[in-house]
Amino acid sequence: MFEEQEVKIIKKENLHSEVQTVIDDDYRLVQMCATKTDKGLDVDYTFDKEYKFLDLRVELPADKLELPSISGISFPAFLYENELHDLFGIKISGIAIDFAGKFYRKDEEAPFNNNTEIQEK
Amino acid sequence: MAKRTVIPFGPHHPVLPEPVHLDLVLEDETVVEAIPNVGFIHRGLEMLCKKKPFQDIVLVAERICGICSMIHGVGFSQGVEKVMDIDVPPRAEYLRAFWGELSRVHSHILWLGLAADAIGFESLFMHSWRVREMVLDIFEETTGGRVIFDVCKIGGVRKDIENEILKNRFSQQIDKIEEEYSKLAKVFTEDYTVCHRWSNVGVLTKEDAHKLGAVGPTVRGSGISQDMRTLKYGAYEHLDFEPVVENSCDCYARTVVRVKEVFQSIDLMRQVISKIPDGEVETKVKGTPKGEYFSRVEQPRGEVVYYVKGDGTKNLDRFRVRTPTFANIPPLLQMLGGCDLADVPAIVISIDPCISCTER
Repeated sequence: MFEEQEVKIIKKENLHSEVQTVIDDDYRLVQMCATKTDKGLDVDYTFDKEYKFLDLRVELPADKLELPSISGISFPAFLYENELHDLFGIKISGIAIDFAGKFYRKDEEAPFNNNTEIQEK
Repeated sequence: MAKRTVIPFGPHHPVLPEPVHLDLVLEDETVVEAIPNVGFIHRGLEMLCKKKPFQDIVLVAERICGICSMIHGVGFSQGVEKVMDIDVPPRAEYLRAFWGELSRVHSHILWLGLAADAIGFESLFMHSWRVREMVLDIFEETTGGRVIFDVCKIGGVRKDIENEILKNRFSQQIDKIEEEYSKLAKVFTEDYTVCHRWSNVGVLTKEDAHKLGAVGPTVRGSGISQDMRTLKYGAYEHLDFEPVVENSCDCYARTVVRVKEVFQSIDLMRQVISKIPDGEVETKVKGTPKGEYFSRVEQPRGEVVYYVKGDGTKNLDRFRVRTPTFANIPPLLQMLGGCDLADVPAIVISIDPCISCTER
């Protein structure tokens, strides 16, 4: 049996209000992740309320990879936001605990967004 | 205000088998703030999978963790199977559940041993791991591996277990494990030293557990009935199951949840043995994945999320994993606020941290 999943595409300008509404409705933040697309990046904010799955998706253009932090609304977001910065190069302003690019120790800047070649030994 | 001191905890510490660092801000002996630092051994497995054919990623997923590797493989496979609309044979679903619950028993007993070690109860640690060996013997006999099994594949499983062996020999072995484990469980739940060491330590209220996104025994020890097996994925659709919940919200509650979950997993394995149907164990996979799905399954440490997105080629557009320990870091920071410095190791180990998973 597979669960029903709702993916809702929202505008970046509405991110705070949408997340605030979801959190006020007693959802919990499950995870955040990004996926590279032809136009830029899709950033997913996944929530759950009593096994009801909801995903808010923000589409970011490649030339403007910037987002406001939601860690003021949902504190656990700070981990995912640091990860998004380090792996995808998204500039996120106002993170509750900002590691300033030192969350992961890695050789490449934003490897998922810079066509980094995988070196297999 | 007392003078503030910052104490580095980790990345190497006797209670931590893997590196993670916490900056503990202290006032006298009391922790007022904890700042986490991970990423010491980030492996970049999500990146690695960009160039792997989607069938091979199961093998990478199983290697995310050396304790709950089976369920990692199931979580990923289930995501791809949903995208490709693959019907997994019922027998394969039951075998996945059998090995998955065996992994949970293995993981929880391993953790109970480590937790006993963390509070200086060495003999309890050794007895716990002695029982764990009996679990690993079943793994070795059925899969060929003790830690990494490689039996899960997209469309089913690679190996079958004969009904005769399942219903007779393994039933007896499971009875023996339960008998031996019952003696240990009594110590973990009733021994004065153990109860006293963990009671009222590392309190995480029900409200905080929900707000901070806790998962697994960490959230269930705070009185919230949240277990992804309730989604009835795979064979769980046909198995009777109720999440184990404790309400005291402390390290003791999280321990009792795990102690009871071992008995629950043994019961689920018995259900699998009695209900497993005959038939094939794998479906031939044709085509390539096109679409996306967030696959959620219950690991021993809690909910794990696999996001898979395919564009119709043999390589996935995105393979993403959110592991339970990653989700349990913010709740851990909440538990540490206001605790005594001497309680930090017991609290950290109470979330069953798996840095191998976190550093996927």
